[in-house]
Amino acid sequence: MSLLEVTGLQVSFNTADGVVRAVRGVSFAVDRGRTLGIVGESGSGKSVTAQTLMRLTPDATIRGTALFEGADLLTADGRAMRAIRGAEIAMIFQDPLSSLHPLYKVGWQIEEMIRAHEPAAGRAQARKRAIEMLGLVGIPQPASRVDDYPHQFSGGMRQRAMIAMALALNPKLIIADEPTTALDATVQAQILDLMRRLQGEFDTALIMITHDLGVIADMADEVLVMYGGKPAERAGRRTLYYRHHHPYTKGLLESVPSAAGEGGRLKPIPGQPPSLINLPTGCVFHPRCPYVMDRCRTDEPPLDPVAGDDPAHLSACWLPRTAAGRGEEAERIRAAAVAEGRFGAQGAAGAEGAAGDGRDGGPPGRAGGASGDGGGR
Amino acid sequence: MLRFVIRRLLYAIVVLWLVSTLVFVFLNVSPVPVERVIGGPRATTDTLRQIRQNLGLDQPVLLQYWDFIKRLLQGNLGESYINGTPVTSLIADRLPTTMWLVFGAGVIWFVGGVATGVLSATRVRSVWDRSSTLFVLIGLSTPPFVMALVLLFLFATKLSEAGVHFFEAGPPLQEHFFRRMILPWIALAFLMVATYTRLTRGAMLDVLGEDYIRTARAKGVSERRVVYRHGLRSALTPVVTQFGIDLGALIGSTIVTEKVFGLQGVGQLVYQSIALGDTPVIIGVTLMVTMFVVVANLIVDVGYSFLDPRVRLS
Repeated sequence: MSLLEVTGLQVSFNTADGVVRAVRGVSFAVDRGRTLGIVGESGSGKSVTAQTLMRLTPDATIRGTALFEGADLLTADGRAMRAIRGAEIAMIFQDPLSSLHPLYKVGWQIEEMIRAHEPAAGRAQARKRAIEMLGLVGIPQPASRVDDYPHQFSGGMRQRAMIAMALALNPKLIIADEPTTALDATVQAQILDLMRRLQGEFDTALIMITHDLGVIADMADEVLVMYGGKPAERAGRRTLYYRHHHPYTKGLLESVPSAAGEGGRLKPIPGQPPSLINLPTGCVFHPRCPYVMDRCRTDEPPLDPVAGDDPAHLSACWLPRTAAGRGEEAERIRAAAVAEGRFGAQGAAGAEGAAGDGRDGGPPGRAGGASGDGGGR
Repeated sequence: MLRFVIRRLLYAIVVLWLVSTLVFVFLNVSPVPVERVIGGPRATTDTLRQIRQNLGLDQPVLLQYWDFIKRLLQGNLGESYINGTPVTSLIADRLPTTMWLVFGAGVIWFVGGVATGVLSATRVRSVWDRSSTLFVLIGLSTPPFVMALVLLFLFATKLSEAGVHFFEAGPPLQEHFFRRMILPWIALAFLMVATYTRLTRGAMLDVLGEDYIRTARAKGVSERRVVYRHGLRSALTPVVTQFGIDLGALIGSTIVTEKVFGLQGVGQLVYQSIALGDTPVIIGVTLMVTMFVVVANLIVDVGYSFLDPRVRLS
C-alpha cells in the first residue's frame, strides 16, 4: 500500500457565477521517497487538488477518498487533520514572501509549528531546532538570521526558510505547490537541488506541482498531466517525455524552449484553458486540440492504458493507443486516425476552414463517419 | 527614530503657529462685540470704550497680533475677557472631564468595534454578520446628538420614573463617576463602534485571504490561533492607526455630548466662549485641540514602526 492513495477525487465550489468544478475525478498514489509531478496550466485543478488533500479549501464540496497511511484525509475531523498538517504532511507554497507572515520573525514562525505539534518542546528547544533547520537548508549564520523578519531575506532565502519549516518535523509527505515559480532561474535550480538532496536524506515522499516541464524532468519519478480538472495523461517521467500519448502533453512539450531545438520555433497551444463553470462537451481539450475528431466533441475519453512497455502509462484520448511519442510513425498513425475520425463531420470541418472539402464529400461522409467512430479506438 | 520625532515636533510648532494665526485672523474679521457682553445693554459709549481699552482692543490689529505671539512664546495663553481667569487654568479645570469622556468612549468603541468586526469577519454571511451590518448602518446614520437625546430619554427620564437611577447629572469627577459617564460614553462611542466594526471586518477579511494565513493553517496550528495570532495581529495595524487619529481629533468635538449631558468639559467651555466672544479662550482651546491631534499623529507614526517591522522611520 502506498503512503498516499487518492481515488476519484472531485472538488467543486459554489460561487455566485455557478458551480466551479475544479477537480473532476483524479486518482494517484505516492510512495515514500518518490516524487509525483503534477503538471498543468492555471485552472487545471492541480493546486486545488493539493490544497484539498490538506483540507485548505473550506468552502469546497469534496468527493472521493485520499488514504494517507490508511486513514482518509477527506473525512478526518479537525483535530486529526491539525495533527497531520505540518507534522505528517507539509506544504511549500508558490510565493515565499506572501506565504510568510510579514510581522513575525522567520525563526518564530518555524518555532510556532514545532511547538504546535510538540507542546512538550520548550521555547529554547524549538528555537534550537529552528536554527538547525535554517542551517540545513543553507542559510548562512542561521543563529542570527533566525531573528530576521521575512522582508530581510532574499527571495531564495525565503523559499529556503519555507523548506526548513516544511522539514522541521520530518514529515512523511511534502506537497510543493509551484515552489520555484516566483524565483529567479539560477535560484530555482538551487532550490530544486536542495529539495532533491533533502528528500533523499529524509526519504520523504514529494508531490511537486508545477506548470514547468523542466522542473518535472529534474525532479519527478512519475508525472500526472492535468487539464480542465481531469488527468489527461499519467506516466513515468521517461515515458512521458518520449512516448507521450495525449495531444495536450505533446503541446506542453513543444512549447518548452529546449524541445524546439536550435533555430526551431516554439509551438504554443492555441486557445485558452476551459472555463470550469461551463465545460466543453466531450473531451475538455477538444476546442484546442489539433487532432480533434468527431467523437471528441461528444464523448469524454476514459483514462485508458497506452500501448508500450510502461503498464502504468494512461491517457484520456480517443487517438489510437499506439499513437505515442514524437516519431514520424506516431504522427502517421495520428494523421490517419484524424482523417478517418473527421470523415463524417464535413460540416464541422468546414468551421475549421475546409469548407470546399465539405461540399464535395457531403453525402458519403455521413456513412463513413459512423465507421470512423468505431475505428477511432 | 529620534531625528524623526524631533523633525515632527518642529512641524508641530509650525502647525500650531498657523492654526493660532488663522483663528486670530478669523476672530478679527468678524469680531463679537465683547465690550457689549461685558458692559451689558445699558453701558454708555464711554464705558464701552473703556472696556476695549482695558482689554487692549483699541490697539492696531498688528500690534495685538504681536503681543499675542509674544505671550504665546512664553506659554501664556492670556486671560479670559469675561472674568479675567488665565486661559490655561480654565482649560486645566475642564480638560479632565473631556479626557475621561473621550478615553472612556474610546475604550468602548475600540473593544466593541474590533470584537464585532472580528466576529462578523470570521462568520461571513451568518446571522451574526448580517445583524452587525444592520447595526453598522444604524450607527452610521444616527447623529450623536440624536443618540444622546434618545439615551437620555430612555435611561435617565423613563428609568428614573420607574425608580431606577441609571444616570446622575452633575460634575462627574467627584462622585458617581460611572453613573455620570456611562450614557455620554455610549452616545459618543455609538457611531464610532459602527465605523470600527466596518473597518475591522474589512481588514480582517483582507488578511484572512492572505497566503500567510493559509501557511499558518497548513502548519497545523489551531484555528483560534490562526484567526487571532496571525489574522488579527495584521488586521489591527490599520485599525490602531485610525484609533490614534480619531482619539486626538475627538477631544475637540465633544461639544454636543457635553451639552446634552451637562458635563462641564472643554466642549462646553468653547461653546460658551464663542457665544460670549471670549477670544483668548477660543484660541487657547483651539491650540490645545491642535496639540492633541498633532501628538496623536506622532504617536501613531512612531507606534506604527513597532507594529510593523517593515516600517522604518527616517
